[in-house]
Amino acid sequence: MLSFIFRRLLQSVFVMLAVSLIAFSLFRFVGDPIAQMVGQETSIEDQENLRERLGLNDPLTTQYFRFVGNLTKGEFGFSYRTRQPVSEMILNRMPATIELGLVSLIISLLVGIPAGIYTALKRGGVLANAILITTLVGISVPTFVIGIFLIYLFGVELGWLPTFGRAGTVQLGWWQTSFLTWDGWKSLLLPGITLGVYQLTLTMRLVRAEMQDVLKTDFVKFATARGINYRSLYLNHAFRNTLVPVVTIIGLQLGGIIAFSIVTESVFQWPGMGLLFLDSIRYVDIPVMSVYLVLIALMFVVINLVVDMLYFAIDPRVRLKSAHG
Amino acid sequence: MTSLLNIVDLSVKFPTRFGEFIALNHVDLAVRAGEIHGLVGESGAGKSTVGAAIIGLLQSPGYISGGEIHFLGDDLTTLTNDAHHKLRGQRISMIFQDPQTSLNPLLTIATQLVETIRQHADVSHSDARRRAVELLEETGLQDVENRMDEYPHQFSGGMRQRVVIALALCSNPELIIADEPTTALDVSVQKQILELIRNLCTERNIGIILITHDIGVINEITDSVTVLRSGRVIESGNTAAVLGEPKDKYTKALLAAVPRLDKRLHRFKNIVSDDEFSAEDTSWRIDDASADYASTWLLEKHSLQKTEQLSHELESRMSNTQRLADVSRSMDASFSNAESEQSILSVSNLAVTFNSGQPSWFGKEEGFKALSNINFDMQAGTVLGVVGESGSGKSTLAKAIVGLVDPSAGSMTFRGKKLPPGSARMRSHPVRRQIQMVFQDPYSSLNNRRTVEDIIAEPIKFYGLANNRREIRKLVASVLELVEMPQRAMLKYPHQFSGGQRQRIAVARALVARPDFLICDEPTSALDVSIQAQMLNLLKDLQEAFGLSILFISHNLAVIRQMADNVVVLRNGNLIEAAETEQFFSSPADDYSQMLLRETPSLNLLQAPV
Repeated sequence: MLSFIFRRLLQSVFVMLAVSLIAFSLFRFVGDPIAQMVGQETSIEDQENLRERLGLNDPLTTQYFRFVGNLTKGEFGFSYRTRQPVSEMILNRMPATIELGLVSLIISLLVGIPAGIYTALKRGGVLANAILITTLVGISVPTFVIGIFLIYLFGVELGWLPTFGRAGTVQLGWWQTSFLTWDGWKSLLLPGITLGVYQLTLTMRLVRAEMQDVLKTDFVKFATARGINYRSLYLNHAFRNTLVPVVTIIGLQLGGIIAFSIVTESVFQWPGMGLLFLDSIRYVDIPVMSVYLVLIALMFVVINLVVDMLYFAIDPRVRLKSAHG
Repeated sequence: MTSLLNIVDLSVKFPTRFGEFIALNHVDLAVRAGEIHGLVGESGAGKSTVGAAIIGLLQSPGYISGGEIHFLGDDLTTLTNDAHHKLRGQRISMIFQDPQTSLNPLLTIATQLVETIRQHADVSHSDARRRAVELLEETGLQDVENRMDEYPHQFSGGMRQRVVIALALCSNPELIIADEPTTALDVSVQKQILELIRNLCTERNIGIILITHDIGVINEITDSVTVLRSGRVIESGNTAAVLGEPKDKYTKALLAAVPRLDKRLHRFKNIVSDDEFSAEDTSWRIDDASADYASTWLLEKHSLQKTEQLSHELESRMSNTQRLADVSRSMDASFSNAESEQSILSVSNLAVTFNSGQPSWFGKEEGFKALSNINFDMQAGTVLGVVGESGSGKSTLAKAIVGLVDPSAGSMTFRGKKLPPGSARMRSHPVRRQIQMVFQDPYSSLNNRRTVEDIIAEPIKFYGLANNRREIRKLVASVLELVEMPQRAMLKYPHQFSGGQRQRIAVARALVARPDFLICDEPTSALDVSIQAQMLNLLKDLQEAFGLSILFISHNLAVIRQMADNVVVLRNGNLIEAAETEQFFSSPADDYSQMLLRETPSLNLLQAPV
């Protein structure tokens, strides 16, 4: 297992280097950074001095290694737009996005897994078909339409939930959380559902398909023939055997949720990283964009590593194989 | 004595798009306590459906359309699903065919046993565990205390089947349905498992229904037997009576098709087959195509081969003019060697190691030795039988010869010339065509998305054996007729044929390349006995007509006796014994060979073959 993790870590380093190269090239190819920084009345000489001072005349490789070195030290540079340190801006925004992602993940799992098991067992049943059709609508309609619909229904018509923004936050060290207040939860609910609908449908359909396959296997038939009660049969014997593919997809999707929460964040004016990224694109704020890119890649790599390690916990065959190999 | 289980007039139907399929048609069956009752028949006979109907697990949409299943005073057909589920495991248990797939891979053996025991008896976890240990010991598992916390994949096939049996015994059932319990096991393990089933039956006074397609198993272990065909009971009674003096025509034919370990037959006789072709199929013909045309064409091969071989040699040696003398010498040699009494394939010190020398983080990996130090010599026009249990390296040998895996050591000589390893065998190398292969499973060895014509025409086109499209079609039709298929089969797709017919198509595909060396890797293992008999007859006919050399791989010694002129025995990648067939079967030299012969189920109840 150790050698496996070591191999994976090494692969992750390569992935991160590749991503940092792309992030670095943003600086070089998305416009001239000096032109972004200076005003029109700055003289050519001053511009050249600035260029020299920022090390922009050094060879590309030197610049790249300096960029990677700074990243590893946590020095992310300064935003062109606000002149704040990028690290500070991202740290301010990160808790909002992560909390939103977690809520939508939990919604999708709490609803998606039981619904998947149910629809697999009651194949062709009225309720099962109704669930399948409803979620199909959910997956076919664009996220922003769902968001606007929810805002209209619960925010405007019924007036139960706030229509935008992040309320009721509490400061825990540097982490600003909305988990601790009723208002915070209320403001999380609508964007959480909006972001989770797609993932929910995917989880449900995957669990359903995998369950249907596992229910056909000999060991489930044998367990039935031994008179094992249906509850244990479906959960302990059948569902457990669907976990490897389900965990893989959920892991990948969690990365996707956080990285691509941009649309949801903009519909609900949710002050997260997605909104920050949108603003940065609008103002060509390259340092923020490139750091965002690197952080998202890091998050995917970490999630994948966790998923791989979950395999060991789930499947004894993987454990044995790696002990021998 | 009253019956434990009494099935009266049972019918099972499966509604399909094309009307109702009758899986069981008025079946009667009676099983007494302490008796092993065999259910025998070919695929589609409805054997497993009987078992599924008893335990109430008929695959939907199948349903019981009539009849009664009396078991200890209840009529099982009238029970609700919940009431039926209470009986499962408690009073009726089941043993499945494949121990590789019938245990949950994610739970330990102990967990699975304890759960099953506690399902049926109100006992504490530790009591259930103690009971699990007893059961596993009763089934003959070694070192139970230590091993019961392991997972299924850490056990061998035979040990897993013992675990499956222990699971079936968890609640002292009165009836066990064993569905092909030894089909996936090697003969030596099969013998042990059958003995175990016999002992349990006698000691615990359990009634057992043993479902199998293997007459040898029926002969070996059952007290009474029911022969099924297409959902009907053909014949039923005491095993010795049914096998010794079969009354029905079908039973007689079925028994005649079983290959005998004790005698080599010239051909199998009186074979009954369910495969029938419609008049539409048989009357459709391509002009001039006939089995005779295919025979004549295949017999022309000798002249063709020589020119091909020489041109390849010229090609590979032309660059070196100094060696032109060699070419002329070898031309003489190959013409004079054309007689059949020459060695066609000789293998010396062949070894195959998988994953050898692959760099890993902690030094070099050992690798798995699939074959080591294999030596044998094969005469042209003979059949060499390769025998061995699973994991013995039989298929690896076939793959090494045909070029699908590369040997790690040793050399092979084909028709007097060095046979390069697969990765170094160029497309133009004549051996590519001369050695053809027929695989075990005709369901996966034919591409379901191509017509039979495309499948058989491919080697003709690839090796450039015909000049135009008309000729190709004529050849395809003729070769199909040669393997006893109607010519119209070329218009269809593989899924429209039965297993035996598909295997004929696979043979046709191999033949049409005009090979002189055929490798058959368990060509009949996936087939029913009557189809197997037809297939063996066909292979013998073709071998004699075209003087083919065949490397015939099988785990079934009786089949080897029918087919092979010489036998080699493999075990764990080593060659144990090589002998002439009749000599091998009358007096095997090696202990292991003797054991294999001894453990193969005998057919002593059957009449002597004619």
